[in-house]
Amino acid sequence: MLEGIFIGLEAAFSVKNILMVVAGCLIGTFIGMLPGLGPMSIIAIMIPVAITLGDPAAALILLAGVYYGAIFGGSTSSILLNAPGVAGTVATSFDGYPMARKGQAGKALTIAAVASFAGGTIGAILLMIFAPALSSVALLFHSAEYFALMVVGLSAIAAFAGTGQVAKALMMTILGLILATVGEGALFNMPRFTMGMMDLQSGISFITLAMAMFALPEALFLVLNPARGAGNAEGGSNKITNLRFSREEGKAMIPVIGRQSVQGFFIGVLPGAGATIASFLGYAVERNIAKGEEQAEFGKGSVKGLAAPETANNAACTGSFVPLLTLGIPGSGTTAILLGALIALNVTPGPRLMTDTPEIFWAVIISMFIGNLVLLVLNLPLIPYIAKILSIPRNYLIPFILFFTLMGAYIGQNNATELLLLVGLGVMATIFRFADYPLAPLLIGFILGTMLEDNFARSMQLYRGLDFILERPMTLGLLVLAGLLVLLPSYRARRARKRAEGIADGD
Amino acid sequence: MALDRWIALIFVTFCCIYGYAAFFTMDQLLPPFMQRNPVWPSTFPKVLAVLGIIVGLIVLFGVEKADETEDAPSATEINYRRLGDYKIGQALMLLGLMVLYALMLRPAGFLISTTTFLVIGSTILGERKFHVMIPVAALATGFVWYLVQEVLGIFLRPFPFFMGM
Repeated sequence: MLEGIFIGLEAAFSVKNILMVVAGCLIGTFIGMLPGLGPMSIIAIMIPVAITLGDPAAALILLAGVYYGAIFGGSTSSILLNAPGVAGTVATSFDGYPMARKGQAGKALTIAAVASFAGGTIGAILLMIFAPALSSVALLFHSAEYFALMVVGLSAIAAFAGTGQVAKALMMTILGLILATVGEGALFNMPRFTMGMMDLQSGISFITLAMAMFALPEALFLVLNPARGAGNAEGGSNKITNLRFSREEGKAMIPVIGRQSVQGFFIGVLPGAGATIASFLGYAVERNIAKGEEQAEFGKGSVKGLAAPETANNAACTGSFVPLLTLGIPGSGTTAILLGALIALNVTPGPRLMTDTPEIFWAVIISMFIGNLVLLVLNLPLIPYIAKILSIPRNYLIPFILFFTLMGAYIGQNNATELLLLVGLGVMATIFRFADYPLAPLLIGFILGTMLEDNFARSMQLYRGLDFILERPMTLGLLVLAGLLVLLPSYRARRARKRAEGIADGD
Repeated sequence: MALDRWIALIFVTFCCIYGYAAFFTMDQLLPPFMQRNPVWPSTFPKVLAVLGIIVGLIVLFGVEKADETEDAPSATEINYRRLGDYKIGQALMLLGLMVLYALMLRPAGFLISTTTFLVIGSTILGERKFHVMIPVAALATGFVWYLVQEVLGIFLRPFPFFMGM
């Protein structure tokens, strides 16, 4: 492991890669502040740039920097404007915005930055410990287990979608898998479902799909409802003066940061959970632990209430890299986009990543430390200036967002048909959003689709049929787990409803 | 019927068509030697079609009960039932503009089509300060073109087709 760390240090500390981290963090922070543009949209927009870099380590470092920056930027707009740009920072606004209203915006931003830094750093240390361990276990996996593992991952994402949403999430996953079957796969030398169109021969480009699922609907929502991006008039005038917090407040934060970085990390590791759940859970746990006066303070500008979700969401972002780097299975929409970028760069994440290309693996981890440090050092003094970006008028902003979305899809393929596909899929995604369908499962299904089919076909060929399910206990176990994950939420909801009905009837 | 059910209905129909293609038309083209494989190109789509129809029907008939305590719609979320209250015209015009851009990008060249796209886009949104918007759009277009063409090394035809580039 030590050897690996040195390789990583060497790779990450090249001038080019440090520049990448700095650039990524800055871009991420700036765009992440714009309400409505979450990390997924930003990373999707940045992917063409990252891919053309050609160097997978540099590309991943850039994208990881953008990811961190976007999360931090999202906290900034939650605190200053009560307009969270990202679902993961909604909990930040609970206490961050009241604090800013009291005229302590500077202090709130500093606390957020310090908590994010601590969460991200502790998360990265945990990642260094757990990823290699998990990797060595994952090397025992065969294609049959991989197939089963992906099924588990996909069902977990659906299962965590929330009450009443499981079937919808599953539907979106299946639609993603169906979209992945379009085009000529590596496995069979025949085009499938191309409807005779040459442009579909190579399948639907994942960048186009990512843009269509996240960036385009967000932009359209901004157009439809001007209130969505508003708030400038009220919050823009906030003067940011005092950036310091007191020693007592610092002392109160330490145990919160300690607990939440560990808890956040492990929630982030679970597929489907991720930063949003981690931040809400972190907030709830800390509010329950806190006593008396401190508890009453929550929601009115509590230091603990701000530090908890900020620590947890950054630790969870780091945690979500564990399944990506060790198993090659993304647990969230963002890591799914990163996985797509890696595949485009000819790197297959998975247990062999650590042994085959240790420089990529370790460089990414080391760059997480650098990224966190850069965010802290760069953003603290820049906060007042960064807040200015919120005053860009939407008449300028929206056409540019649309243009960058189009450009991203065009550069990747150099094919104007791709743009029409983007608009069509984007309209579809917007309608899905109207009806409250989750879109991340669709993208994850799309990205895992090809791999899922490959592994399934490989095990079918090795065992000449479906026998592999029965002959490999681990595969069977994982598939049963997947089934349970899907069925459990509806079973529990049903039981809870039965119980409630029973009480109402009086028996 | 609520919008999410309509989507489920369309999805089930789509899965039926997809399944029909997988079950009945795909295998006809399969060369005989591949028919001895345990996995055919149509195997996975067949499974997906069946699963898709099942899950689609579950959503369609509301087997899984949703949370009855519906949250009050927040000011920033969009309620599709009142779509007319939003700036739907602007959104549709921008979508049309994007389609137009896709069709014009090759023939008109990158510089002209992009500048026009940005200017018309902001005009649709209500911008009237053309003396600011046009220079901003032109500058941004030139900058992006330079970045993509020179720094990233991807060819983007800058001028219209008749100018020979």
